[in-house]
Amino acid sequence: MELGFSDEHEAFRDEVKSFLAESWPLRGEEAKLRRRQQAVLFRGRAIERGYLARAIPKAYGGSEQSSDPLKATIIATEFARVHAPRDPGAPISQLVATIASHGTEEQKARFLPSAITGETVWCQGYSEPGAGSDLASLRTKAELIGDQWVINGQKIWTSAAHVADMIYLLVRTEPDAPKHKGMSFLLVDMKQPGIEVRPLKQMNGDSHFNEVFFDDARTPADCIVGGRGEGWIVSRSTLAHERNAVGGSVAVRVQFERLVKLARTAQRHGRPAIEDPTIRQRLADIDGYVTSHEYSGYRQLTADVRGEKRGSISMMNKLVSTEIGHMVAELAFELEAEEGLRAPLGDRRPKGHPDWGSEYMMSLGLSIAGGSSDIQRNIIGERGLGLPRDFAAHKGKR
Amino acid sequence: MDFGLSAEQQLLQQTIERFFETECPSTRLHEIFDGEDAVDGRLWRGIIDMGLGGLTLPEKFGGAGLEMIDLGLVAEVLGRCAAPGPFLGHALAGIALDLAGSEAQRERWLPALATGELIGTIALGEPGGLWDPAEWCACVEDGRLTGTKPWVPCASAADVAVVGTQGGGLALVELRTAGVEITPVDGVDRTRRLDDVQLSGAACEPLDGGEHVAPRVRDAGLCLLAADAFGGASRCLEMSVDYANTREQFGVTIGHFQAIKHRLAMLAAQIEPARSLFWYAAHAWDALPEECERAAALAKAHISDRYMQTARDGVEVHGGMGFTWEGDMQIWFKRAMFDRMFLGSPSLHRERAAQASGW
Repeated sequence: MELGFSDEHEAFRDEVKSFLAESWPLRGEEAKLRRRQQAVLFRGRAIERGYLARAIPKAYGGSEQSSDPLKATIIATEFARVHAPRDPGAPISQLVATIASHGTEEQKARFLPSAITGETVWCQGYSEPGAGSDLASLRTKAELIGDQWVINGQKIWTSAAHVADMIYLLVRTEPDAPKHKGMSFLLVDMKQPGIEVRPLKQMNGDSHFNEVFFDDARTPADCIVGGRGEGWIVSRSTLAHERNAVGGSVAVRVQFERLVKLARTAQRHGRPAIEDPTIRQRLADIDGYVTSHEYSGYRQLTADVRGEKRGSISMMNKLVSTEIGHMVAELAFELEAEEGLRAPLGDRRPKGHPDWGSEYMMSLGLSIAGGSSDIQRNIIGERGLGLPRDFAAHKGKR
Repeated sequence: MDFGLSAEQQLLQQTIERFFETECPSTRLHEIFDGEDAVDGRLWRGIIDMGLGGLTLPEKFGGAGLEMIDLGLVAEVLGRCAAPGPFLGHALAGIALDLAGSEAQRERWLPALATGELIGTIALGEPGGLWDPAEWCACVEDGRLTGTKPWVPCASAADVAVVGTQGGGLALVELRTAGVEITPVDGVDRTRRLDDVQLSGAACEPLDGGEHVAPRVRDAGLCLLAADAFGGASRCLEMSVDYANTREQFGVTIGHFQAIKHRLAMLAAQIEPARSLFWYAAHAWDALPEECERAAALAKAHISDRYMQTARDGVEVHGGMGFTWEGDMQIWFKRAMFDRMFLGSPSLHRERAAQASGW
């Protein structure tokens, strides 16, 4: 066993660091650009150096690097350290994977380069009011009329819809086909009269999500990825390349260290809370989970490097990190004591005001978003442990 | 960066597991559990023949020269199999002698331990939960040792014990000599029997390096208990999954019910990440000494708690059968109790981890 990096990879780390030292943050006139423009510029330079969009061919704006999970980890770590923009998040990589795997040459050339740099902002239109965990029951429909798809229905929980240029959608195009075979994957311009975006206010006062309403919204016939009815299959594409093995667990460690810092400053009975034996026990208890998760990241990274399967641990990452998030936020909220009741929420919160109360609520949001914890437990139980499928999935067949 | 097992390590684990599947199936395990003898000669011989008597001891003294991570992987399988016998104390006695003994002492004792000619054990804790080396009271005077050591694994079957002494030192005592009184305890975990040892001026050989080594031996013990707990917890979960896939109620196997499925999934999500924690603790013992104290304390506290919870939940999933003496769950349940309390409770080690973290 070896937890350090080889000389070759440490040399690569130095390269990445010196690139970052001269490239981020932007300087001079460029520093005055809008934040999003700065990120686009920076990503372009990082792609040139082979640090971002590593799985994407150069012909489509990527940097086409051979897979090296250790280099990917070093890049992620060093970029995070200086808060430099990285590859756009999960919804974008889903889009990029889908187009890269199933798109036409024309679609790849047209959509991939600007999606990769973030020049075009995309949002993901999957969930609907009646289709959450059971996504395949979605009802937003599209009909091909002439040379255009005409879209009607509603999407919900759509992050970034209020700023997005484009949306990719799963919609029902084959109403008579079985539900998994009746969906298509469409690419749609957000700036049109048939689309209305309404923000949703979360329980912590913030607004990250939106409802998106489609009333005869339109997109050209060739803006379908894959064939009619193949939406479900193409939407499952992934870039089988350098999945970030340790990013999540490093973030959990950082969150825990913030909790420890709070325990040092918060007072109990006139002394720092961290001297209180019950607080020390709870911190060490959480640290057991955090450290397990942290080193599970290195275990999965090692599996990637060796080209082995990660095993059942990979199904647990989300559940584990959200469970830890709950524990951290719960203890933090307790350490803040009555002060936690004072926390002004959302846009009434002054900049820099401690926001553990908001985080306490947000930790719940994280366990719902992107596959709720109850669904995660089904996945672990069924695919990980080999327990029988749910009744619902069998439609009464037992 | 390579945080994974080698092919040799995986083979070692498979070999041991196969040995126990053949030599110690459930029926035999129950016989040993209910029997009079603390050590089953045939099983112990098998463990020695697989080279596990001195796995981490130097090759020049008959050991295999491997590391704590390897010993931890062995302990994991022994935990999986609820292996009865003196392995834990024997392994720790070897480590203590190797680290603290003089060249002459090592030459004299280590080959005998590695080849199984002698069985070793350790006598560390004292009444009142005094597991910390600084708290030990057993006192050496003119080469004679006097003190009370309860909870000595398999003392009645062992030949020599490494005993913790006042000031955090270590001394070797031959157990079949005058001044040593061994009283078997009718204990909970009958796979790893504990005995009370009363030393009244027993002849001893102080181990000169003892004061520096005692914390290391304690940490080794914590690593091995954490590994055992991980193996035991994984096995409890597997037994419960098997049961949920065979036991039928309302016309379906009970694993169909989310009440059962989610309980088992939660256990899996508690246990599987802990594998990395015991690897880390054992690897820290080998290669990252400045991280070892915290890692070992955290691993022992965290994983033994997960084991206890898994054993409790496993009993519940098994329903009435889980609560019987003839069922298997009770044996792993009692091993979980042992792993949790031996060498100190989880809360004791969480406080130690807190201190080691600089809190």
